Amino acid sequence: MGDDSIGGRLSEFIGNLGGFLRKFIFSVLSVGPIPNHIAFILDGNRRYAKKHNLKEGDGHRAGFVALLSMLKYCYELGVKYVTIYAFSIDNFNRRPDEVQYIMGLMHEKIEGMLKEESFVRSYGVRVHFLGDLKLLHQSVRIAAEKAMRVTANNTKFVLLICVAYTSTNETVHSVHQCFKEKRRPMDKFQEEEQQQQQQGLIKLVDLERNMYMALAPDPDILVRTSGETRLSNFLLWQTAFCYLYSPAKLWPEISLWNLVWSVLNFQRAYPYLLKTKMKRY
Amino acid sequence: MLSLQFLLSPIDNSLWPYKSKPSSLILHHRSHRCRNDSRPFLSMFLPKYRALGATADLNYEQEDSNVRLTEAGVPAEEGLLPSGLRRESLPRHVAVVMDGNARWAKRRGLPLSSGHEAGVRALRELMELCRKWGIRVLTVFAFSYENWIRPKVEVDFLMGLFERGIKEDLKNFVREEIQISVIGDSSKLPKSLQKLIAEAEEITRNNTRLHLIVAVSYSGHYDIVQACKNIAHKVQEGLITPDDITADVIEQELETRCTEFPHPDLLIRTSGELRVSNFLLWQLAYTELFFVQSLWPDFGETEFVDVLHSFQQRQRRYGGRD
Repeated sequence: MGDDSIGGRLSEFIGNLGGFLRKFIFSVLSVGPIPNHIAFILDGNRRYAKKHNLKEGDGHRAGFVALLSMLKYCYELGVKYVTIYAFSIDNFNRRPDEVQYIMGLMHEKIEGMLKEESFVRSYGVRVHFLGDLKLLHQSVRIAAEKAMRVTANNTKFVLLICVAYTSTNETVHSVHQCFKEKRRPMDKFQEEEQQQQQQGLIKLVDLERNMYMALAPDPDILVRTSGETRLSNFLLWQTAFCYLYSPAKLWPEISLWNLVWSVLNFQRAYPYLLKTKMKRY
Repeated sequence: MLSLQFLLSPIDNSLWPYKSKPSSLILHHRSHRCRNDSRPFLSMFLPKYRALGATADLNYEQEDSNVRLTEAGVPAEEGLLPSGLRRESLPRHVAVVMDGNARWAKRRGLPLSSGHEAGVRALRELMELCRKWGIRVLTVFAFSYENWIRPKVEVDFLMGLFERGIKEDLKNFVREEIQISVIGDSSKLPKSLQKLIAEAEEITRNNTRLHLIVAVSYSGHYDIVQACKNIAHKVQEGLITPDDITADVIEQELETRCTEFPHPDLLIRTSGELRVSNFLLWQLAYTELFFVQSLWPDFGETEFVDVLHSFQQRQRRYGGRD
């Protein structure tokens, strides 16, 4: 019994030490610019399961644990927005049982978010679900809408979860919204005036304003795990000047060091990016 | 992941079993010697390149006098591909961000203009390789919309370089059956260049061997916005209703509509920078991205073959499963 309490205190001590070390590393990083927004493509869950001889579903669960760690690190570092590519419209092409499993997992985790002891409550996270939510299973959509309502007043940290999302779909949706905006009843004078300005009917700012991702500034870093280097129809518009980082590790294996490394590289490229972004039209 | 090349096993001489006739392989290669001289510089900064660069003269069977063409006008001879590359796994459309000319010149103590001229030579070499190996489309990011903020001297030099380049190579494009298209906001280009581009596009319109698309004053955002403006114009004229607008409709209005293969299979960015820099945003949705450490003027056949080998090994799932 004495051993247990010593063991318990020891692991608590090591845990505290780890937290202290992390704080120290983050304060060193904070000497330079900290990214405001980091986006993650959570790739490699299934390969992780295969590698460790787990059931495929357990790979996704391990991925969720890794996600919680990453969110905590980002929050402590001072990152304000995190976006994750949870489920693409293309992923509906997977086997129905896998799609079903992931929908079920999402439902479970969204419900979990709303509980008292969840990270959402303790960190004051505002959650958004972005994408063509009509494509989701109804139970998941309802849970997502509830989560968005319940967390609407949180301000410390914003988590954007892309589900049933592709950039292509987002752009088409934005175009439709632009037309809806313009299709207000007009009198004859306004119609003539608008015809003269027909070339200005849709501008860059209109498109951007109507994107799902207009809720957040453009990401500073895009992390895609498992060594794949492609965007897979994720945030194509928003990552024009984003630093792209693709560590070889599978998503459930992602660690603090990956985050630190990506921030260091972001800081290295920062002066150039700042100059470019300021002169954009 | 800073450079895929480090993940590949070094290519040794046993993979290059063929004899070479190097001088006739590469057309328009005025300063071949100059580029080879740069290899010692390269190995100084990136020692691993020595293993690859040692086989500086890549060896192939030379059959250019007996080129057989398929119906599509693409060379059918198998022997001209480097060993290990399969024709069916070659990309159809390659896109390149040609980054690093300024750094290349600085490292050699040369003026910036030399860097850009070396870049043009590297481009000509890549075009020849693509043409030879049956790659159908090559899109290059020559000048971005954001580059207009560069010093006027440099911008004027680049505009002059484009004009000279097109004038000098137009006859070769015709002979080699290369089609040239220019995408981007041409309204900011000098009038003489605009006129030359229009002429060149018209003259080479029916060529089918290789389609070279040069992005000048181009921005991926601008491309999508101008597509939406065109669509708005069509809606105004009653040709289409807003509800009819789909991804395909937008696709057909993008500037890459000049080719039947608007989506690059492969994007290469040189000089180690890890970003897309507002190039072909929509079209890159499923493109395999390769970031290589070489500066653009140093990007040659060896590096290109490495990238193609790596591309061959990638699994493209498009969101589904194997």
